[in-house]
Amino acid sequence: MTPLLTVEGLTKAYPGVVANDHVSFDVMPGEVHALLGENGAGKSTLVKMIYGLVKPDSGRMTLRGAPFEPAEPRAARAEGVAMVFQHFSLFEALNVAENVALGMEAPPPQHQLAARIREVSETYGLPLDPGRIVGDLSAGERQRVEIIRCLLQDPKLLIMDEPTSVLTPQEVGILFETLRKLAAEGTAILYISHKLEEIRALCDAATILRLGKVVDSCDPREKSAAELAEMMVGAKLRRPERAKRALGEVVVELDGLSLPPASPFGTPLRDISFRVRAGEVLGIGGVAGNGQDELLAALSGEAQTRPEAIRLHGAPIGHLDPNPRRRIAVLAAPEERLGHAAAPDMSLTENALLTAAIRQGLAVNGFLKWPAARAFAEKIIETFDVRTPGAGNAARALSGGNLQKFVIGREVLQRPELLVVNQPTWGVDAAAAAAIRQALLDLAASGAAVIVISQDLDELLEISDRFAALNEGRLTAPRPADGLTLEEIGLMMGGAHDMEVAHVDG
Amino acid sequence: MIRLEKRPAPSRFWAGLTPVLAVLATMAAGAVLFAALGKDPVEAIRTIFWDPLFHESFAAYSRPQLMVKAGPLILIAIGLSLGFRAGIWNIGAEGQYIMGAICGAGAGLALYPSESFLLFPLMVAAGALGGWGWAMIPAVLKTRFGTNEILVSLMLVYVAENILASVSSGLLRNPEGMGFPGSRNLQQWAAAANPELIANTGMHWGVVTAFVAVIFAYVLLNRHMLGFQIRLTGQSPRAARFAGVDPARLILICLGLSGALAGAAGLFEVAGPAGQISIDFGSGYGFTAIIVAFLGRLHPVGILLAGLLMALTYIGGELAQLMLGLPSAAIQLFQGMLLFFLLAMDMSANYRVRIGKPEVA
Repeated sequence: MTPLLTVEGLTKAYPGVVANDHVSFDVMPGEVHALLGENGAGKSTLVKMIYGLVKPDSGRMTLRGAPFEPAEPRAARAEGVAMVFQHFSLFEALNVAENVALGMEAPPPQHQLAARIREVSETYGLPLDPGRIVGDLSAGERQRVEIIRCLLQDPKLLIMDEPTSVLTPQEVGILFETLRKLAAEGTAILYISHKLEEIRALCDAATILRLGKVVDSCDPREKSAAELAEMMVGAKLRRPERAKRALGEVVVELDGLSLPPASPFGTPLRDISFRVRAGEVLGIGGVAGNGQDELLAALSGEAQTRPEAIRLHGAPIGHLDPNPRRRIAVLAAPEERLGHAAAPDMSLTENALLTAAIRQGLAVNGFLKWPAARAFAEKIIETFDVRTPGAGNAARALSGGNLQKFVIGREVLQRPELLVVNQPTWGVDAAAAAAIRQALLDLAASGAAVIVISQDLDELLEISDRFAALNEGRLTAPRPADGLTLEEIGLMMGGAHDMEVAHVDG
Repeated sequence: MIRLEKRPAPSRFWAGLTPVLAVLATMAAGAVLFAALGKDPVEAIRTIFWDPLFHESFAAYSRPQLMVKAGPLILIAIGLSLGFRAGIWNIGAEGQYIMGAICGAGAGLALYPSESFLLFPLMVAAGALGGWGWAMIPAVLKTRFGTNEILVSLMLVYVAENILASVSSGLLRNPEGMGFPGSRNLQQWAAAANPELIANTGMHWGVVTAFVAVIFAYVLLNRHMLGFQIRLTGQSPRAARFAGVDPARLILICLGLSGALAGAAGLFEVAGPAGQISIDFGSGYGFTAIIVAFLGRLHPVGILLAGLLMALTYIGGELAQLMLGLPSAAIQLFQGMLLFFLLAMDMSANYRVRIGKPEVA
């Protein structure tokens, strides 16, 4: 059988970094082919070249034996290449059919299109009502809109970039059924992920990228997850160590915390209650957009609530601003590094000042102590191995992982009694992620209460003592993380949204 | 294809160089403009930039004028720059300047003919308060109802101009002025006058205050928490909220400070160089100060230099009207070009020009 797509010696360099260095691989028709690699390994650049978004510096591609040089995504689509992006490009105020029509060259009339959408969604087990407003859909349902938008083009090659990062385990199962059905019909699927178990469950072949180069290829079904991880990282990974520790008294207690949404498509928090003890890590999972940002804002003080909704050592603090909370050792690190946790154009010294002025005594009567601020920034850089030429560098000049280490380190070094972090290792390479997780565990071991909000279930199971899930602004009752199965977690996360009755024909 | 690429960090080199380049570009474009008007371009540029300082017969008169014109520009621009840094756009400094002059002069005239040495400080305080109060209108409307401070503060300029016209022919009219509009001349009333402190320098209390404001703003922005919060809010409002900045408080402080400084500038002008409240008291300092603030890159020292440069084009422009018969609109156009070129050149600090095919990263 001849390959559907052949990639030979594809190279793409950006200033300062070679994103892809002579990458070669083949994709067979009907094959589910994994592109496996860490963040920054060059997976995204590679598929962008296949999809016509990025022009390679050198190398060539052939599609069905013919030279393939898409100048733009439209050309790639015309050749039967479709792509589902990690970040959706949907208009929240429009309905599903309108959104699909916006992505088409010559959209049919709405009622015909709606019928087509229904037909495709039923064939592939992706139930979706064309008339619903996208703003009301869950992340998993939004992804279905994107997938159906692709399937309407009848693609020969479907590229999926980290499709499961926004799905519950049940929704992942449904997606996989769909993808298997597509593959059985002869559509090749190029599947980008760094989640090893998924790749082992789904894919027929894997190409492993590290630092822009193909380092290996294998049949993932024949390898263990640990073997795949080693190929991907190129070294053995050290798992964070959890010291056995006795839990202390209750540090923070939430009692019926409710918060109206800040924006029309925001998520309200509904009646959230839990307790975290000294030395304990509470992991909060859930699909993105189910109230994670809002919960962090309520805990950090960016959003205020009824005073009694949040208590620290029994004292009501729900009404306090961020700085009064910092004074009593309640610290937070938001998800968005640039523009929320840190100011992009400011130096690391200034960014250290951003949250540490109070606890580190960096201001006296409002006058700033720059030498002390710089010293604190340098301490963070040294303690957390932040790779940067110096504390004078702008935050936006740092890589995501290094800035994340800085942001987490800034809070950890202020010795919080309660630390709340949202997505602490999002977009961070494996070594940095391990360091951050270890820092959080060490902090808990030293007697702090730690709340980790994350969409990475493996991460949560690795570091939490107890686990709870956010679903449409509600929090499930926390359960001991030890012994919790993925199935149970999935149900806590809300199962598959509106999918209980869905079946795939054939 | 030519395209712009965002720099990973703003270039300090370009940030410092762009004002100089903008001045040069303005000179070049101005020369073309003046040539098109049938004037000798070299002569026109020399008249504007050189003669006010070094011409053998005019310089003695125009050199002190430099301080007189630069003082209010710098004082107002310093206040504006604090708000601009935080993303709070007070466009109505002209109105605050007029209201400061009216309130300050009014407070003084109410006590005529007092000779108390406290009179002038009282007038300064009343002037600052008048500007502050006028700026509080957009500030309160913005914090309470979310109105746009650009529109409200700008519209209030025209309200202030009408109040000015009203009081100069009514409430504050000189009772001994034989019915002519305009207040008593404060320059001729020692206790209320803002005199030239050192002969032939143009230095008056307003200029002194402007220099003090430069130092104050520098310390505030670089050494004080409030200045840090101002810069943080302008760069990254969400991070500022996370850092515990109260946006409403910052709006009140920034608009209030810029209003108070503009009001004080108005008082120094009415009690000094202008001498009296009159219908044509508003001279556009409040608007020109916006250009000065940006030309100075919102940096206190930059504003000091930009204020002096802008004053120079004012005086030189008048000289050019007188000597070469250039229309005053051409001079205003010339001053406007300065801001235009600065904003255009500003891009080079944050972006670099690349030649090649665009890419989606």
